[in-house]
Amino acid sequence: MSKKKMVAMLLAGGEGKRLGVLTQELAKPAVHFGGKYRIIDFTLSNCAHSGIDTVGVLTQYQPLVLNSYLGNGSPWGLDRRDGGMTILPPYVKQKGGKWYKGTANAIYQNIGFIDQYDPEYVLVISGDHIYKMDYELMLEQHEKRGADVTIACLQVDWKEASRFGIMNVDDTGAITSFVEKPKVPVSNLASMGVYIFSWAVLKKYLIRDEANDLSGNDFGKDVIPAMLNDRVRLYSYTFNCYWKDVGTLDSLWEANMDLLAKKPSLDLNDPCRPVYSVSPNRPAHYAAAGATITNSLVSEGCLIEGDVRHSVLFCDVQVGPDSRIQDSVLMPNVKIGKGVRIYKAIICEGAVIADGVTIGSPGSSEVTVIHESVQEGEQPCVQIYSA
Amino acid sequence: MRANLLGVINLIQEPDELGALTAGRCLAAVPFGGQYRMIDFTLSSMANSGISRVGIFAHTKYRPLIDHLGSGQQWDLHHQRKGGLSIIPPTIRDDCNEVPGGDLVHFFQNRDYFTRNSCEYVVLARSHMLCSVDFKPALAAHLASGADVTVICKQSKDLLGGKARLVEADGDGRITAMQRENGQAESGLISMEMYIMRKELLLDLVITSLAQGQDYLVEHAILSRIEELHMQSYLFDGYVGVINTLPSYYENSMELLRPASWRSLFARHGTIATKLNDEPPARYTEDATTSNSMIANGCIIEGTVMNSILFEGVHVRKGALVRNSIVMQNAVIDMHGVVDHVIYDSGATIGCGRELRKAE
Repeated sequence: MSKKKMVAMLLAGGEGKRLGVLTQELAKPAVHFGGKYRIIDFTLSNCAHSGIDTVGVLTQYQPLVLNSYLGNGSPWGLDRRDGGMTILPPYVKQKGGKWYKGTANAIYQNIGFIDQYDPEYVLVISGDHIYKMDYELMLEQHEKRGADVTIACLQVDWKEASRFGIMNVDDTGAITSFVEKPKVPVSNLASMGVYIFSWAVLKKYLIRDEANDLSGNDFGKDVIPAMLNDRVRLYSYTFNCYWKDVGTLDSLWEANMDLLAKKPSLDLNDPCRPVYSVSPNRPAHYAAAGATITNSLVSEGCLIEGDVRHSVLFCDVQVGPDSRIQDSVLMPNVKIGKGVRIYKAIICEGAVIADGVTIGSPGSSEVTVIHESVQEGEQPCVQIYSA
Repeated sequence: MRANLLGVINLIQEPDELGALTAGRCLAAVPFGGQYRMIDFTLSSMANSGISRVGIFAHTKYRPLIDHLGSGQQWDLHHQRKGGLSIIPPTIRDDCNEVPGGDLVHFFQNRDYFTRNSCEYVVLARSHMLCSVDFKPALAAHLASGADVTVICKQSKDLLGGKARLVEADGDGRITAMQRENGQAESGLISMEMYIMRKELLLDLVITSLAQGQDYLVEHAILSRIEELHMQSYLFDGYVGVINTLPSYYENSMELLRPASWRSLFARHGTIATKLNDEPPARYTEDATTSNSMIANGCIIEGTVMNSILFEGVHVRKGALVRNSIVMQNAVIDMHGVVDHVIYDSGATIGCGRELRKAE
């Protein structure tokens, strides 16, 4: 196999516990987002636009849907003779197999995969985040600074800082401290979970980390602090565009609503950097004579006869006459009958909502999640998440 | 299941009266229905019928067609080991500079394309028939009837301005006469220009007819043998649009806005596949108004769209009105522009406040 300058390792094994019913049978990176995409499309498209042609996708939790979605990688231009996409689940070795114990252990178990390409750099990214980023620019800075590690970061709301890996940097951008999910954050500069490592350095630390029985084998908690301790050259790379960790149902709903802003900060319509995805190859959507659609995203195959306001509709959704959908996310193949009212809800893939059902209430501060069909006259079985 | 059928889409001398729509592209590559090209319907019908080997005999202006088809992956026809998709351009003979006119010569020059596979039967089709057909029952009917040639036909009530070949059949469905030229009949039994026969018979017809100085397969080779060959009609009951004139292009596009036609094309026999453009979902702003329209991904609707078909990436700006129109890929209808009864080809632009209406 020919040498590659940089190989990407995409962590896609996340269980996404806080997404509740959405991830019962689905890994978090495979969760639907934005009317057409799955979350992992964003990082894979970033790789495609950054000239990265070798991507290892590390899967673990509920991989079936994700595996068949990824296929041979052709939607992202990753069906290549040399490199391309390789799906890397944990595998059985002579001494027995081991589940990926942590993010660092997942890479450790695939040292052999990376070594095949003899890369100078390894990009470690996560399939859980929504953002558009050029990793090539980050690599440029990494090389210019002569860094061993570069961690992409952005300013987050102080209130949310304790959800992230928080760092301090000096005026040259060198990282002086890094704490994963601190109770009392000392800064609001958060790690985006996007790392560029010089491979020789990372490999050494992965091997050392694995030998340490006390380690949790996690990048943020173990490997990065160990490197900081040894005065390895760690730099930050500041990113100031849209980035969202859709870890909760609330943030998933919110991120979908973000796309409906007048000038959304995540531009899906940019012809130079489209987000690639597996298209269902359905006909253009149909808006019937009585339909009203405003402030919404509507995908292929939809059939709209009702009133859709400020909502995101995935492919093949049907909305019957006299129904109103407001502030909601309707995932693929959702069928809404006649005279239905839906406010501030996420309706999961394939759910059928019978005539006359009302879900949620206008002005509610809570997101209602429906994951099963609702019969006529039936009280919907809902999960409510407060904002 | 795989079918023992070789698919041939014959684009030699397409019956094209589409004017400006085919100025830079062949009929097979004409955009239709929001995101498709005409050939998608025939090609998807074949792929959905288990046909794994399709040859497209291209003739003129086929560069956009080749771009569109790519490796055939969208139709699962990129598996070269099982045959896959072959685009066969016209051959210019060594001894002359002209591209020969009739399809028989092209079939003859490429007879190895037919002989180098094990398919026993061949289905020949054109690209101007808008339909989603399952060829499996048609082949079964062909085998059951013992006919030499089976012609897939449609009992048409209104051709919507398209031109087709009328067929006469007796009570058993055996064809007794066929019109030589396409005509603008009001109603009747028409040929969908889909012919099923044994591959050997096709090659036989090609060779003997050429030797007799004939040029065309249907007009000459088949029609002149209507008495010696057993020709059987097979009735198709789904939606068929004959699209070879501008009125038929417009009227059949508008037919897509009727749920029954839409279902017959898109929900009856598998997916109509096409080349994909990675467009995001369509975006409606707060001032958007829509009614009875088909709108593709990538569109941005800020104005009003009524009784229209919008292809991918069309931008209808604030105050603009699109009515009874077909607007192709990436067109921009600027602020307060009006487009009414117009087929708006890709690349066209209309400035602020300008109006384009049908001539009274």
